[in-house]
Amino acid sequence: MKTWLYIAVMALVTYLIRALPLTVFHKKIQNRWVRSFLYYVPYACLSAMTFPAIFYATQSLWSAAAGVAVALVLAYFGRSLIVVAAGACAAVLIAEQLLPLFLR
Amino acid sequence: MKKEFLQGLRDGSPIMAGYFAVSFSFGILAVQGGLSVLQAALTSLTNVTSAGQFAGLQVIVGGGALVELVLTQVIINLRYALMSLSLSQKLAEGTTLWQRCVIAFANTDEIFAVAMSHAGSLRFPYMAGLQILPILGWTAGTAAGAVAGSLLPAALTSALGVALYGMFIAVVVPAARKSRPVLAAALLAIALSCVLFAMGVSSGISIILCTVAASAVMALLHPVEGGEQA
Repeated sequence: MKTWLYIAVMALVTYLIRALPLTVFHKKIQNRWVRSFLYYVPYACLSAMTFPAIFYATQSLWSAAAGVAVALVLAYFGRSLIVVAAGACAAVLIAEQLLPLFLR
Repeated sequence: MKKEFLQGLRDGSPIMAGYFAVSFSFGILAVQGGLSVLQAALTSLTNVTSAGQFAGLQVIVGGGALVELVLTQVIINLRYALMSLSLSQKLAEGTTLWQRCVIAFANTDEIFAVAMSHAGSLRFPYMAGLQILPILGWTAGTAAGAVAGSLLPAALTSALGVALYGMFIAVVVPAARKSRPVLAAALLAIALSCVLFAMGVSSGISIILCTVAASAVMALLHPVEGGEQA
């Protein structure tokens, strides 16, 4: 029962955070600094969420590094979201099978 | 009208595939933490957010207080307020209140990124098309992970754990390649994030600080041109 309450509260809080700025702010923002600030937000946010967290998301630092390297290369050459994500997963999987052979 | 909806579906389909893979790992973790398959799937259907759900799950599994849950959600999801604010600037004139309420529901990192890179202002049919497949993929992936997760070996779940980060990299790198200031904002955020991590600052607070600091500095050093949509 408690878990259901927590899930409901979580959903409500997440929705309100998303909905209020979309429903309250109808006017175009004129201030150049504010518009510039908002332009950079997604890139700064996604970068901060990925690093250094990704290095601790797998069973070893080295397999994570392999995933990062593959993701960076694929993304640099403009591959789609799914290809980059799948490439990173595959690199981690392969690295974790190979690493025990070297790190004895 | 219909053409815009179909364009949205097309742009949303790669996100759906990515979400299915990423939410699969959320489903695994949720069931390991004691949630039922239905609870895990409903959490994904009603939240449609990766970081917030992972953090919320930790609070639920750890038996944390409701206040703690609300606080982590506000802090970790505060970036969506900034993204919704950005998105509201790009919505077509005449987008109604209820349409805005629907669009707000799944304003995720990836949907936001795709929407912002869409040429011209955003109309409701396009946004509806863009959001529907990712929502289904996110929910279905969670359910599949919750059901099948316990059957998978640890090496596979470990590899699936980086899918989410891979998607983030796929959004940032092409933009950073085209624009030096975007690259600078990303590197600044990463540097600060590493420092805060070393200091032991919690991930939710760190994300907020890095986002605000890097964006503020770059807006000051390199404001975007008038024509550029923020």
